[in-house]
Amino acid sequence: MTILTRRRLIGSIGASAGGLLLSGCDRIVASPAVRHVLGAGESLTMGSQRLLSNRSALAREFSALDMSPVFRTNGNTNPDTDDYDSHIAEGFANWRLIVDGLVRRPLSLSLAQIRAMPHRTQITRHDCVEGWSAIGKWTGLPLKLALDAAGVLAAARYVVFHCADDFDGDPYYESIDLIDAYHPQSILAWGMNDQLLGVGHGAPLRLRVERQLGYKQAKYVMRVELVASLDKIGGGKGGYWEDSAGYQWYAGI
Amino acid sequence: MSDPVPARPTGGDLIYRQRRPVRLWHWINALSVIVMLMSGLMIFNAHPQLYWGQYGANHETPWLAIGSTGASGFLRIGAVTVPTTGVLGISHGVALAFPPLLTIPSGYDLAAARQWHFAFAWLLVIPGLLFWLWGLASRHFQHDLAPTPAELHPRHLWQDITDHARLRFHTGEAARRYNILQKLSYIGIIFGLLPAMVLTGLTMSPGMDAAWPWLLDVFGGRQSARSIHFICAALIVGFIVVHLLMVLLAGPFNELRSMITGWYRLPQEKAR
Repeated sequence: MTILTRRRLIGSIGASAGGLLLSGCDRIVASPAVRHVLGAGESLTMGSQRLLSNRSALAREFSALDMSPVFRTNGNTNPDTDDYDSHIAEGFANWRLIVDGLVRRPLSLSLAQIRAMPHRTQITRHDCVEGWSAIGKWTGLPLKLALDAAGVLAAARYVVFHCADDFDGDPYYESIDLIDAYHPQSILAWGMNDQLLGVGHGAPLRLRVERQLGYKQAKYVMRVELVASLDKIGGGKGGYWEDSAGYQWYAGI
Repeated sequence: MSDPVPARPTGGDLIYRQRRPVRLWHWINALSVIVMLMSGLMIFNAHPQLYWGQYGANHETPWLAIGSTGASGFLRIGAVTVPTTGVLGISHGVALAFPPLLTIPSGYDLAAARQWHFAFAWLLVIPGLLFWLWGLASRHFQHDLAPTPAELHPRHLWQDITDHARLRFHTGEAARRYNILQKLSYIGIIFGLLPAMVLTGLTMSPGMDAAWPWLLDVFGGRQSARSIHFICAALIVGFIVVHLLMVLLAGPFNELRSMITGWYRLPQEKAR
């Protein structure tokens, strides 16, 4: 015979109620219809941020004194492919950035050509979706200059960044719209903290799109593709994390 | 006020106490605040450390950290470490800062938690702004929430605190209106903690920091804003706990009825 003490009874009622609540909640969370409804929040957020802010409103730029002593790396810290390894060995001398898609003049730029073009330096805050922030100094080619050099066609709506790294064979990529692409602080950075961009932070080129979160700052950028729609790219949601884990395409919050 | 109230209600009378916008906002807000708290704890779980200043990551020393080493969980605030195994840091073998029972979703899923958090944020902000407008226009705030000078007198405040501590609540005619502790806590929530939550939340947004750069100056940086966001959330939890306790002690049926139908039965006068 089991003696059901009051404490045990309350405990077990509590536990089963909790369990019921948990499984019920998780069923709601997992439901595609619910996710669809909640997704409206993302459009509302993006719309209102765009409404409230000037297209070229700048992210805050800090002074050298405000910089993080150590800027942690995150995500992939080395693509670890044969191709990439040989680029490291050659000091990226034979590496090329491709700019193509909906452009008049597809480009293939060497790192030397990119560094010879005008550059912008900015000390900005990098915000990871997880919650931490680090402040670093970035130097690179304004994305606008690369796009203008290639001549963006009128049909283009998004800029897709194809990267050298992958997660379990799924290549990393990211995308932004033309408003963010032409933003003055959107640069293809080749320098960080007064040095050439290191492998851990995305050598030889990483995107900085300062009004969005860290996962939009694509590292190891190999190719910049102008497209009319994101449907046919990767899983169709505009980025590796968007496709694989349901992260928001608009990462302004 | 256009309340259909008897000339001089006394204990036992049913009075119309909560107007429809108050009741509507209360329940919408209860839902959004609870979802925001639970999804917020999951977002916190992604990086369960808090810092002060503009930046802060793994190389900086957090002022608050929740985590686990091996099978034991801990909460560390400054130099003080409290063992929290089974509650915080690790529970039922799951190494998460806040346990599955408290978070939306229950298993680690930052993307889904963010989706819930930012969708329900709209349910917090839009009804909240409408409630503000209604409360000012209808003079609900001025009439029902604003403390009178007499109520703010230290002697009166102290009297109300000791009455509450002895669980002696207002009765009869005196119970028609919010008491001073209610007024102050509702004002604190409506004009203090909830706006602070929204503004510190916006300060964490790199997009909003570009749109409204003053946010960073008001709160002293994104990581400070994140810390304040967490502290205000903890204070709101404290409010909810006390609020529910008061409902239970003051008579849950009567209190719930008044927040659902608007009608409240004045407690009978007791001989003091």
